[in-house]
Amino acid sequence: MRYRYFPGCTLKGQAKIMEETTMAAAEVLGIELQELADWQCCGAVFPLYEDELITLLSPVRTLAAADGEPLVSLCAACHNVLKRAQELMQRNEEARNKVTDFLEVDYSGEGRVLHFLEVLRDDLGFDRLAEMVKKPLTGRKLAAYYGCLLLRPAKIMQFDDPENPTIIEDFLKALGAEVVKTPYRTECCGAYLSVTEENVARDTVSKIIDSARRAGAEGLITACPLCHYNLENCAEENAGKPVKIFYFSELLAEALGLTVESGSAEEKTGEGSP
Amino acid sequence: MASITKSRMLEEMKLQSGQDPSCCYQCAKCSAACPVTAAMDLLPHQVIRYLQLGLEEELLESRTPWICASCFTCAARCPRDLDLARMMEGIRLAILRRREGNKFGPADLAPEQLSKLPQQALVSAFRKYNK
Ligand code: SF4
Ligand code: SF4
Repeated sequence: MRYRYFPGCTLKGQAKIMEETTMAAAEVLGIELQELADWQCCGAVFPLYEDELITLLSPVRTLAAADGEPLVSLCAACHNVLKRAQELMQRNEEARNKVTDFLEVDYSGEGRVLHFLEVLRDDLGFDRLAEMVKKPLTGRKLAAYYGCLLLRPAKIMQFDDPENPTIIEDFLKALGAEVVKTPYRTECCGAYLSVTEENVARDTVSKIIDSARRAGAEGLITACPLCHYNLENCAEENAGKPVKIFYFSELLAEALGLTVESGSAEEKTGEGSP
Repeated sequence: MASITKSRMLEEMKLQSGQDPSCCYQCAKCSAACPVTAAMDLLPHQVIRYLQLGLEEELLESRTPWICASCFTCAARCPRDLDLARMMEGIRLAILRRREGNKFGPADLAPEQLSKLPQQALVSAFRKYNK
């Protein structure tokens, strides 16, 4: 199975571990992720106003660079931006003509745009994944945290049921974990408000972490570097049992019996900053 | 108090967000769904009501558009299929484009924030609060 791969900036910086563990796992699973040449930041948020064409240039350039082959990303935000930009290119002829003329590319919304979890579910299959697990996560009580960007808007993302998704739970089951459900798994973590309105993010994150703790989860699973950061850094102090935050790929690599040495860093070096 | 007329912002909003606030029947499901209402001075459904009434000045002064996290939950729950997240972006852009300039820039970041925040957080915040 061969895919074009768009990493995005955070996977070369703060969330390097998500890329490293995915790459190691993909190799074992027979999934080839071919990194696009000369890619640039997707813009992190999809422009919600139809005349904001400049912010579409980067994602459309990326979509066109995939050359009609399936394009995979790991970061939930990159995936959201690429998928929505693709939908806009299919739907809005005027925007498509302006953007593709400016970029001098030929693109009209073709090609599959996938999140790596979709590759695991739809192309590899969770049954097949379960067979390849070497060190099942038996007895580990883990909960999915979907957040917003993989699920919404559901009509465009078509990732899973937006109100009752199961893909991360099914993934965790394939890895042998004990799945715990928490009521806040599709609620927003506060996103970029942790930069500008930290108190607001503190409030949203604390609700998510408290609900996970009450449900008995020892870890929350995410595919979004910003969710990961907020969940780890913005929760109110609590004397209860700590809830660890994992990227889905960290558990994937672990269950496949891989040890990944991280050259990355929770502390950022300044390299790879936007 | 601004006069109750169809405002310029309202017209631009319809055009650029593809949303027509007059479709809203004020059920307030959006406000019930929104995770950050505690910090808002106008609730999401009230923002739409103000848009319907053309209360542009009041909207431009409100804290609410800057508190909105673009989580798309309101849009997911609206029985009228309105995308309020787009309208919030419209109000932000109306302010950023015409009035006060940038709301947030690199100079507003504390050094310890810069070393800790993921790149995605910084790019998102600059895109939302900066032109
Ligand atoms: S959920 Fe929709 S119809 Fe109901 S108040 Fe909000 S925008 Fe209006
Ligand atoms: S998109 Fe904004 S207004 Fe809508 S629910 Fe999310 S935070 Fe609230």
